Amino acid sequence: MSNTNNNQYYVPQLAKWPIVGSIGMTLTAVGAATYMNNQLDSPIVMYLGFATLIFMMFGWFGEVIKESESNMYNPQVDASFRMGMVWFIFSEVMFFAGFFGALWYVRNMTVPWLGGEGTGVFTNAELWPGYEGVWPTNGPGNIGGKFELVDPFHLPLINTVLLMTSSITLTIAHHALVDGARKKVIGWLIATVVLGAIFLFFQVEEYIEAYQHLDLTLKSGIYGSTFFMLTGFHGMHVTLGAIMLTVITVRMIRGHFKPESHFGFEAVAWYWHFVDVVWLGLFIFVYII
Amino acid sequence: MSHADTHSHDYDHDHKPKGFVKRWLMTTNHKDIGTLYLIFSLAMFIFGGALAMIIRLELFQPGLQFVQPDFFNQLTTMHALIMVFGAVMPAFVGFANWMIPIMIGAPDMALPRMNNWSFWILPFAFTMLASTFLMDGGAPAAGWTLYPPLVLQGGHNLAFAVFAIHMLGISSIMGAINVIATIMNMRAPNMGYLKMPLFVWTWLITAFLLIAVMPVFAGAVTMLLTDHYFGTSFFDAAGGGDPVLFQHIFWFFGHPEVYIMILPSFGIISEIIPTFARKPLFGYVSMVYATAGIAFLSFIVWAHHMFSVGMPLGGELFFMYATFLISIPTGVKVFNWVSTMWKGAMTFETPMLFAIAFIILFTIGGFSGLMLAIAPADFQYHDTYFVVAHFHYVLVTGAVFAIVGGVYYWIPKWTGNMYSERLGKIHFWWSTISVNVLFFPQHFLGLAGMPRRIPDYSTQFAEFNMWSSIGGFAFGLAQIFFCIIVWRTIKGKGTTKATSRVWEGAKGLEWFIPSPAPHHTFQDGAPVNDGHLAHVSSH
Repeated sequence: MSNTNNNQYYVPQLAKWPIVGSIGMTLTAVGAATYMNNQLDSPIVMYLGFATLIFMMFGWFGEVIKESESNMYNPQVDASFRMGMVWFIFSEVMFFAGFFGALWYVRNMTVPWLGGEGTGVFTNAELWPGYEGVWPTNGPGNIGGKFELVDPFHLPLINTVLLMTSSITLTIAHHALVDGARKKVIGWLIATVVLGAIFLFFQVEEYIEAYQHLDLTLKSGIYGSTFFMLTGFHGMHVTLGAIMLTVITVRMIRGHFKPESHFGFEAVAWYWHFVDVVWLGLFIFVYII
Repeated sequence: MSHADTHSHDYDHDHKPKGFVKRWLMTTNHKDIGTLYLIFSLAMFIFGGALAMIIRLELFQPGLQFVQPDFFNQLTTMHALIMVFGAVMPAFVGFANWMIPIMIGAPDMALPRMNNWSFWILPFAFTMLASTFLMDGGAPAAGWTLYPPLVLQGGHNLAFAVFAIHMLGISSIMGAINVIATIMNMRAPNMGYLKMPLFVWTWLITAFLLIAVMPVFAGAVTMLLTDHYFGTSFFDAAGGGDPVLFQHIFWFFGHPEVYIMILPSFGIISEIIPTFARKPLFGYVSMVYATAGIAFLSFIVWAHHMFSVGMPLGGELFFMYATFLISIPTGVKVFNWVSTMWKGAMTFETPMLFAIAFIILFTIGGFSGLMLAIAPADFQYHDTYFVVAHFHYVLVTGAVFAIVGGVYYWIPKWTGNMYSERLGKIHFWWSTISVNVLFFPQHFLGLAGMPRRIPDYSTQFAEFNMWSSIGGFAFGLAQIFFCIIVWRTIKGKGTTKATSRVWEGAKGLEWFIPSPAPHHTFQDGAPVNDGHLAHVSSH
C-alpha cells in the first residue's frame, strides 16, 4: 500500500520549528508589551513576531502535511492527532466559558448589588444613590457615556443564519469527501469560506455602526467590555477558522485527503462547528437576552 | 579517554542526535525533554529560592533592613509565580515526560514535536517575566494572585506578566494534551487502564485539570490587560464591573491549580511507598477514584479563598462544606499509604524517607487547610502567616518533597548511577528539620495576627520570625547540597552503577529496562506481561 513502513508509531527525529515558534511568540509578546507601554513607538517588533509565527506555521504544518501525504502516519498517529484537536477545542471552550462566566456574574450579581440588592443597599445609598442596576449598563459611573444597543434581529440575526448555513455547507462537503466526489467538496468548501467571510464583513459593519452611531465602544462600561470582548474573541476565532478552511480547500485542490482518511479536514470541521456553537451562545446571551 | 569512548559508543548505540543544538534544542525524545524540564525546574527552584532568602533576610528582625516595601512585594509575587509555574509544574511535567511512556510501554510521547515546543516556550516566558525586575516600576508586586485594582496600578510590568502567563498557559495546555493523548492512545496492548501505575493515573487527571483551567486563567489576565490598557471595566465598579469578579475567575483556576501541583505528588508517593514497603499499593482502585474525586471537588470549592471578601451567606456555607468534602478522598489516600506500609518489610532509603515525611507533613498542611476551610474561623486567619504556613506545608513538604523523593527514586534509572545514600540521608534530615523550623513557627505567627506580605512587623513577632529565617537559610543551603548530590550522581562521582531493577521491591515496566534507560525504549511495542506490573486488576 505504501512505500514507507508505517507499522511503527512515527516519531520524528528532529523538530526545528518549535524553537522558531518560541522566538516568534516572544517577539510578538515583547513587541506588543513595549508598544502598549509606550516603551517603543511602533509595533514593528510585534509584526516581526507575527511574521515569524506565520513562517513557523507554514513550515511546521507543511512538514506534517508532507509526512501525512507520504503515508508515514499509521492509524495510531491519526488517533493522537484527533485527541490533540479534541482537547485543544475543549481548552477553547473553557476560554470562552471564562468570559461567559464573567458576563453571567456581572449581570446576576454585580449589577444588582450595585443597584442596592441584597446586602448592597448601603453601598448603593452611600456611593451610587439613584443607580438602578439594570442591564444593559455602563455602571453607576456612566463610564463611556450614553450608548445604544445593537439590534439583535438585524445584522446579528443575518450572521446567525450565515454561520448556521456555513456549518451545513461544510457538512455537505464532508459527506461529499467521504463519497469521493472531490469537485463537489471543493465547491461546498468555497461556499463555506465565502459564508464565513460575509459573516466577518457584517461583524465589522456592526462594529463600525456601534462605534459611529450607537456610541457603543469597548469603553462603554461593563456592557461594552463584555460585548466587544466576547464578540471580538469570537470574531478572531472565525477568522482563524476561515483561514483553516481556506487551507484545506487549497489542499483539496492539490489532491490531498482520501475518503477514508482526512484528519486535517475533520479537525477544521470540528473547529468550525465549535465556533458556530459559540456564536449561538453569543446570539442568545449577548444580543437577545 | 575511556570516558570519550563510552560516549561515542552510547551515541552509536542509541542514535542520539549529535551536537548540542540538535540534541537539546531540536529534540523530540521524551527522555531528553524530560531532562530539560527537570533541569529547568531545578534552576527556577534555586532562583525562586534565592528570592525567598531575601524575603527571610528582611524578616529576620523587625524594621526595614535590606529592601524597600515595594521591592519586598515584588519579591513575594515573583517568588510565588516562579515557584508555581517555573519550579513545581515543570518538575512534574519532567517526571511525566520521563516516566509515563516507559511506564505504559510507549515508544515516546504521542506528539513529540509539540512536546519540544511545550518545553521551549518556558525559558522565553520566564526570561520575559524576570526581566520586569529591571524595568521602570519593577516586577509585579500585587501577589501571585494578581488582584485588581492593586495589580493595575503597577508600572510597565503588567503587559509582560500577562503575556508571560499566556505563554506559560499555552505551554501547559500543550503539555497536558500530550499527556492525555499519550496515556489514552499509546499504552502497550496489555496495559489496561486499571493496570496503569498510579503516577500515570494521577497525571491523566492532572492533565484534564490543566486543560480545563489554564484557559480560564488566560481569560482572567486578558481582562486585566484590557482593563489597564484598553479602558474596559471588568474590574471597575464605576463601570458596572467588580474586582471580586477577578477573584472568582482567578480562583476557579487557582484552586484546581493547587491540585495540579499536588496530584502528581500523590502519584509519586504511591510509587515509592509500595517499593520500600515491599507490598502492593493498598486500595489501588480506591486511589484512582479518590484522585478523580479530588479533581472533581476542586472545581466547586474555589471561593474558600475569598471568605472574607463579602459573599452571600449561602455562598460561604456552600464553599465551606464543599471544601470539607475534600478531606474524604484525601483521607482515603493517606489511609491507603499507611495501610500499604502496615506489616510491610520496610527499608528506609532516601526516597522512602521523603515519602514518609510527605505523608506526615502534607497531612499537617491538610489539617491546617481544614481549619482555614471553616468560614467563620477563616475571618481570623485570612491573610495572616497561618495561611503562609498552610500552603508551604502542602507545597514544600508536600509537592517539593514528593519531587525530591521522586528524583532520588528514579535518578538511578535516568543516569545509571546510584546516588550516594549517605549524602541523600543527610539531605533528607537537613531538609526535614530545617523546613519545620522554617514553617512551623509561622502557624503561631499567623494565629497571633501577623499579616502576610509585609516587610516589617510588630516586635512581639520577632522571635518566631528569627527562628523561621534561620530555618529558611538552612533549608536553602540544604537545596544547594541537593544540587551537588544530583550533579555528582549525573557525573558518577562517588556512586555505584545502578542495576536495571535498582530497588529490590520495585515493580513496573521502568524497572525491566537497563539503567540508564536507553535513548529509545519500546519502539516495537512493549511486551507487557502481568508479572512486570505492580497493579493487576482483578476486574
